[in-house]
Amino acid sequence: MNFDDTPQEAAFRAEARAWIQANAPKQYEEELRKSSLGRTVLKGANILEVAKAWQKKKADAGWACLHWPKEYGGRGASPIERVIWQQEEGPFGKLSGMFIIGHGMCGPTMMAFAGEEQKRKYLPPLASGEKVWCQLFSEPAGGSDVAGLRTRAEKKGDDWIINGQKIWTSGAHYSDYGILLTRTDPTVPKHKGLTMFFLDMKSPGVEVRPIKQASGQSDFNEVYFTDVKIPDSQRLGSVNDGWNVSLTTLMNERMSIGAGVSTGFPELFDFCNSLMLEDGPAIEDRSVRSKLANYAVKASGLRYTSMRAISALSKGERPGPENSIGKLVAGSMVQEVAMYALDLQGAAGVLSGPEDAEVAGKFQAMLLRAPGTRVEGGTDEIMRNIIAERVLGLPGDIRVDKDVPFNKIPTKGRA
Amino acid sequence: MNFDFSDEQKQMRDAARKFLAEKCPPKAVREVLDGKAPYDKELWKGLAEMGFLGVAIPEEFGGAGAGHLELCVIAEEMGRANAPVPFSSTAYLAAEALLLAGSDAQKQKWLPKIASGEVIGTLALFEGKGNPSPKAIKLQASSGTLNGVKKPVPDGAIADFAVVAARTGSTERDSDISLFLVDLKAGGVEAKSLTNVDPTRGQAELTFKNAKAEPLGAVGEGWSILTQVLDRAAVLLAFEQVGGSDRALEMGRDYALDRIAFGRPIGSFQAVKHMLADMYVSATLARSNCYYGAWALSTNASELPEAAAAARISATQAFQHCSKNNIQVHGGMGFTWEFDCHMYYRRANATALTLGSLSYWEDQLIDRMRKKNAA
Repeated sequence: MNFDDTPQEAAFRAEARAWIQANAPKQYEEELRKSSLGRTVLKGANILEVAKAWQKKKADAGWACLHWPKEYGGRGASPIERVIWQQEEGPFGKLSGMFIIGHGMCGPTMMAFAGEEQKRKYLPPLASGEKVWCQLFSEPAGGSDVAGLRTRAEKKGDDWIINGQKIWTSGAHYSDYGILLTRTDPTVPKHKGLTMFFLDMKSPGVEVRPIKQASGQSDFNEVYFTDVKIPDSQRLGSVNDGWNVSLTTLMNERMSIGAGVSTGFPELFDFCNSLMLEDGPAIEDRSVRSKLANYAVKASGLRYTSMRAISALSKGERPGPENSIGKLVAGSMVQEVAMYALDLQGAAGVLSGPEDAEVAGKFQAMLLRAPGTRVEGGTDEIMRNIIAERVLGLPGDIRVDKDVPFNKIPTKGRA
Repeated sequence: MNFDFSDEQKQMRDAARKFLAEKCPPKAVREVLDGKAPYDKELWKGLAEMGFLGVAIPEEFGGAGAGHLELCVIAEEMGRANAPVPFSSTAYLAAEALLLAGSDAQKQKWLPKIASGEVIGTLALFEGKGNPSPKAIKLQASSGTLNGVKKPVPDGAIADFAVVAARTGSTERDSDISLFLVDLKAGGVEAKSLTNVDPTRGQAELTFKNAKAEPLGAVGEGWSILTQVLDRAAVLLAFEQVGGSDRALEMGRDYALDRIAFGRPIGSFQAVKHMLADMYVSATLARSNCYYGAWALSTNASELPEAAAAARISATQAFQHCSKNNIQVHGGMGFTWEFDCHMYYRRANATALTLGSLSYWEDQLIDRMRKKNAA
């Protein structure tokens, strides 16, 4: 048992470190390091431009999408090399936020289902960040039950005509392309009538509207489709086989190992270390220490769980299912941490303005953003179902709509 | 990075699991639970023959000379099987104290007999309620004899010798505490079994009346040695707790798959599934914290104090969580004497207090993190 690199890994790490040292946008390092949960903002710079420039630089030197094949803009690197890169990239990795969906989900889906010519055309600029992609799955009536989506695609000659609405689309407003899951046959059970496409987000009839979130910010969008035309050549997979295609996409969503999840613990620990309560330093208060210890072991548990997965990768094994707990644990923890940090501030905890609030309002921002983290990318409840079914082998839910034609499924709970 | 046990260590774990599945089925645990024997003597002998009792004891002292990682995998299996033997008292507390502070003669005297299963050892630390602290130690040492009362002492009624924490000065300072070795069969010590929540692991009151004792380690160094012994034992016991957590989770999972209610397996209800998923989460977090503890223990890293506290807290929580919800998944049957669920529930809650309570270790963890932060 040790934390050492193999000689090969050490050589790769040294190479990555040297290149990052020589090329990373150092002027933003401090700001990036400090930003924790939520959006990363840079003072006096447009983060999208900084992010795109960094991505392009990496791609030109062969450091983008490391695990992708070289011909599609990657490096053909091993999974462990990808993890080492992430460790070395450190705070600069936060600049990759806008590419996560494209690199993590759209790219692998294109790789599995697009034609060779399309792959060579679309994947390299996706890897280099010159083109940004989004993923158009969720709908107002289909979130956790994504197969319940209603956006229609109807064949007309060699084209498909799309009408409907998507929601919670990250980055739709700056995306160039998207992968889109549609309903092509409403007369069969819901999983059997779906088809996947990719499309140009500048196509006529596509309208992107930002959603104002409960936090007051706007990170996501609604996307409306009105008679949008997509050529049949941009279909991914067979007609009505879109569910299986989407499983490839979603499987990739949860594959990101070693990226590290935010728990809010380091921030809380620092805060308690400096906070003075009426009776003395917060960190010397028994109840504060008890809370902190409980959060500490969750945070360290997640950190070492991730190290176990990295070790499996290092040995060329597939990591076990342990890593599926990361999002579930961190999501609710960050919310609890935020509430507790506010509680420690007493009545003044209500203030969220950077000039009045403790730590420039970091915990208030965390509090308001946290509900979203427990929902996005699979709700806590869906994550528990996944652990129960795929890890523990418990039976799937009884699905009352499994054999019902989609257009006969009730759409309202109460009349 | 190789943050995992080696193939050889995993093989040893498999061997221990196989051995315990055969020699320590729930029926054997029940013999002790029902008070028919104070511990499973046959199993104890078998563990010695397998080389498990002395796995971390150097060969020169009659052990297998493997190491602490090997002891961790054995510990996990002991917890999984709920083994009714004084393994933790002997191998984690007494043997570790001897290894850390014993003179060559003391090691020669006791360690080979530990490895061969001839003696049972323990640590006599507590004196009534409260957590480890120098000021709670009243038992007096003077001119080679001890006077006072220790309770609860794990496995105290069946132990042959004990490492005893005693007072050699009158202040609350650490330096007024020293450790002593006492042969419990040599007279001067009276042992009384105490009823406790886990009858498969005995607790006793030891009364010392002019009991002969020899110092273990330098006089005045007792508290410092004790702290290290407790940290080491915390990691090892945490592996037992993780083994128990996994077993309780498996029992709950199996029952949820087999038990039909409302016309379907109860494991298809989300209320039950989610409970089991949460048990998996705590068991996994605990296991990962324990791995870090194992690394720190086996390399004697400066991170050991922090790693041990984290492993201890995480594993205590996981075992309590998994064992109580295992009963919940079983419903009414889980609350019968006949079903094995309560044995894990008892063990989880007893283990949670050995070495000091959860709140004590929480306090320790924060202290140690602050120290590291300040450094």
